[in-house]
Amino acid sequence: MNSVVCISHVPDTESRIKIAADGRKVDEAGLKFIVSPYDEFALEEAIRVKEKSGGGDVTVVTFGPDRAQQALREALARGATKALHVKGEASDADSLGIAKVLAAAIKTVPHDLVFLGKQGVGTDNALVGPMVAELLGYPQVNVVTKLEVADGKLTAHREIEGAEEILETPTPAVVTAQKGLNEPRYASLKGIMAAKKIAIDTKSVADLGLNDSDIFNQRVATVALELPAEKSGGKKIDGADAAAAARAILQYIKDEAKAL
Amino acid sequence: MPGVLVFTESSNGKLKKASREALSIGRTLANAAGGDLVAFATDAAAAEDAGRYGAKKLYVANAGAYSTESHTAALAAAVKEANPAILLFGGTSNGRDLAPRVAARLDAGVASDVDRLEWIDGKLRARRPVYSGKAFATVEVSGTPAIATTRPNAFPAEEAGGGAAAEVVNVSFDAGDARVKLVDTHTPEAGEMSLAEADIIVSGGRGLKEATNFSYIRDLAHAIGGAVGASRATVDAGWIDHQHQVGQTGRVVSPNVYIAAGVSGAIQHLAGMSSSKHIVAINKDPEAPIFRVADLGVVGDLFQILPALTEEVKKAKAH
Repeated sequence: MNSVVCISHVPDTESRIKIAADGRKVDEAGLKFIVSPYDEFALEEAIRVKEKSGGGDVTVVTFGPDRAQQALREALARGATKALHVKGEASDADSLGIAKVLAAAIKTVPHDLVFLGKQGVGTDNALVGPMVAELLGYPQVNVVTKLEVADGKLTAHREIEGAEEILETPTPAVVTAQKGLNEPRYASLKGIMAAKKIAIDTKSVADLGLNDSDIFNQRVATVALELPAEKSGGKKIDGADAAAAARAILQYIKDEAKAL
Repeated sequence: MPGVLVFTESSNGKLKKASREALSIGRTLANAAGGDLVAFATDAAAAEDAGRYGAKKLYVANAGAYSTESHTAALAAAVKEANPAILLFGGTSNGRDLAPRVAARLDAGVASDVDRLEWIDGKLRARRPVYSGKAFATVEVSGTPAIATTRPNAFPAEEAGGGAAAEVVNVSFDAGDARVKLVDTHTPEAGEMSLAEADIIVSGGRGLKEATNFSYIRDLAHAIGGAVGASRATVDAGWIDHQHQVGQTGRVVSPNVYIAAGVSGAIQHLAGMSSSKHIVAINKDPEAPIFRVADLGVVGDLFQILPALTEEVKKAKAH
């Protein structure tokens, strides 16, 4: 069973965000970048599917600047078998531009399944997975918490409000991973050493037969990026008398929030 | 005249809250753009409710229960017919599943999970929280239609006043062969409210000490009519299901009232809830970072205060 996993290289979730001088982007200086957490679940699932089916390739694909190679190295160390880096400033493309690049890249790699995280952590768009599915003409199952693959068909649990749908579809298909799908493994020392021997294939947007004008045309353009107003913290009271504290909270909820 | 088309979801003719919110902001945008507000549904029974929120027409496609493929085909057909300048979706699971697929079919841009929308100089301008609310991006969507999904609770649902039922326009479409089949639906914790649409959320953190103590949170949530939230630490410890996680790798929420008990306030949790309108924090550590975002901070023992509060709420509700 062959899978493609699309991964993105994003600022660590523990980082404080600073705005770049242009007022539109994140200042990358001093930021630690990681594989987007939802992509880790996607990668782990692809590796498990491969192991269960007894073979095949797990190809990781990323669209991003040079630093994004680190994400591919990390994925190879965890068990991906091939890597494709489409070089370009993905942050200058909108979600549909990114999806077009990924869809074109996926077509160059043999696959039965396509995995992505349900969203890139940071940009938080949650758009690229279904867009890739549409561009490839594949069925999609979004926000998946459980997956079984057998006999050219997959059964997936999709998280919806307060419930789960169990969906079935033939492969090839696009699956986007939600937290809870699995427990991602760490890279082993052996994995890290083996990963070093794997050459990362690199391509440009043009190599994929795409025009920059269709990828970087910014149907959705960021005109400003701002930090939220710093909250100073409100009233603080002593809760030693629990009954009095409870009454104060209730009063607040009734008077200020007009709830209840 | 180019107007605003809103994808709606309903049950028994009653529109979902997210759909009512999207229609309300859609009406404001339609007025600004000088066009009509119209809606899409898979059930003509929604026409009255849609009219109440100002929709002049309701495009109805008989696409049945939700499926990405059939709904994409149906909505794309309605877009062709209505030719809207703006296409809006309430940010439900289905709205967020469908919007990007439809956008790719129409080669259009999407601003997702937005909490402000304006029509300025012939363009849709949206504000969206990024980095789970650590920053806000203002984006402009060009092209037709300009698409956005609205964040639940960000836009008040307001009736238009005097709106007649929307005129039903039947839409025919070619569903093709939908490959994804719904086999079953599991409702693991029946009766529990989902975080996304809750007006009040009661959240627990590591201060609860153990899994069974989530009962303190559930009891208050139940009494107050709210949803149960949780910090990442408690989810990672297996105390509660990930569905309840608030924060950067969970859900980003902005309810009217957010009550955090025993939640210290890690940066990634604060990112997920600090846009809540009224924040109450209960923590025994007066230096806990959660107090920096709390409107009302209570330094004390949650095991004493939560049961007392639950009782007070029950008393207040009995009146």
